[in-house]
Amino acid sequence: MDGITGKALILACSAIGAGLAMIAGIGPGVGQGIAAGHGASAVGRNPGAKGDITSTMLLGQAVAETTGLYGLVIALILLFANPLIGKL
Amino acid sequence: MGQEVDFMIHGYLKLNFFGSDVYITTTHVCLCIICLTLIALGLVVSQKMKHAKAVPDGIQNVAEFYVEMLDGMVKGSMFRHWGKYANYILTIFMFILFSNISGIFGLRPPTADYCVTLTLALITFAVIQFNAFRTNGAFGYLKSLTQPIPLLFPINVIGEIATPVSLSLRLFGNIMGGTVMLALYYGLLPKLATLGIPVFLHVYLDIFSGAIQTYVFCMLSMVFINDKLPE
Repeated sequence: MDGITGKALILACSAIGAGLAMIAGIGPGVGQGIAAGHGASAVGRNPGAKGDITSTMLLGQAVAETTGLYGLVIALILLFANPLIGKL
Repeated sequence: MGQEVDFMIHGYLKLNFFGSDVYITTTHVCLCIICLTLIALGLVVSQKMKHAKAVPDGIQNVAEFYVEMLDGMVKGSMFRHWGKYANYILTIFMFILFSNISGIFGLRPPTADYCVTLTLALITFAVIQFNAFRTNGAFGYLKSLTQPIPLLFPINVIGEIATPVSLSLRLFGNIMGGTVMLALYYGLLPKLATLGIPVFLHVYLDIFSGAIQTYVFCMLSMVFINDKLPE
């Protein structure tokens, strides 16, 4: 472990943490897929209500996406505005 | 390797206000360009509408289509209160849409700066809380926070505060993600790969994703405001 400064260690661990934070992308992916699938089958059953179904589906997908975006924001903070380096 | 990866906000001009440093950043410049575009568009359209024709053509057609579509959207989710909020929703829709698609004109989208999206969300938050106060009165407002049991008061307060946070982070995360991906594509690939192919990325990340997020922001604003209005 010689030659590794504290800052380098923190940067390396932050990069790993940013990668781990993006695992949060799994959940919204699954949720949006389910919403889109059910939306498609709803349009198949009732093609007349396509507009309403699409807007409801988009709204639900946007809400489902929020948790993934929290992960993305944490990854971006760790990579570009790291608050941990200031604590050395 | 291509050029440097660059998608951060830069300070161009350093000003000093009452002892604290204030920078004129990329966001300010892009916001000014977008606002001037919107003002110019408004002037042109209002001139055009003074001599409106019975059979619309050109820019009159576009303006009428836009107002009709947005009015229908507001009517669909706010019902009989739509008249009071149509102006607000139409304004922020236009602003966010122009901000999001400004990426294809080489600007850094202002909505990829958390300050801008937080401001937009706080305006909506103020409208929501103002309506909640006016509908229920001060006592009724406090009482509505202790539903269904008083023990849940802290959770309800957190739920109220989470509204602007999630609204702003959703818009910011999407547009910032698109900006980062385009910057990585332009910065890390050889020059040859940046010919032609980025068009598809721009169409998806700037136009499609930007339009969807604009729609979602306005739709969620309307839903949250409508929750607090009287039946």
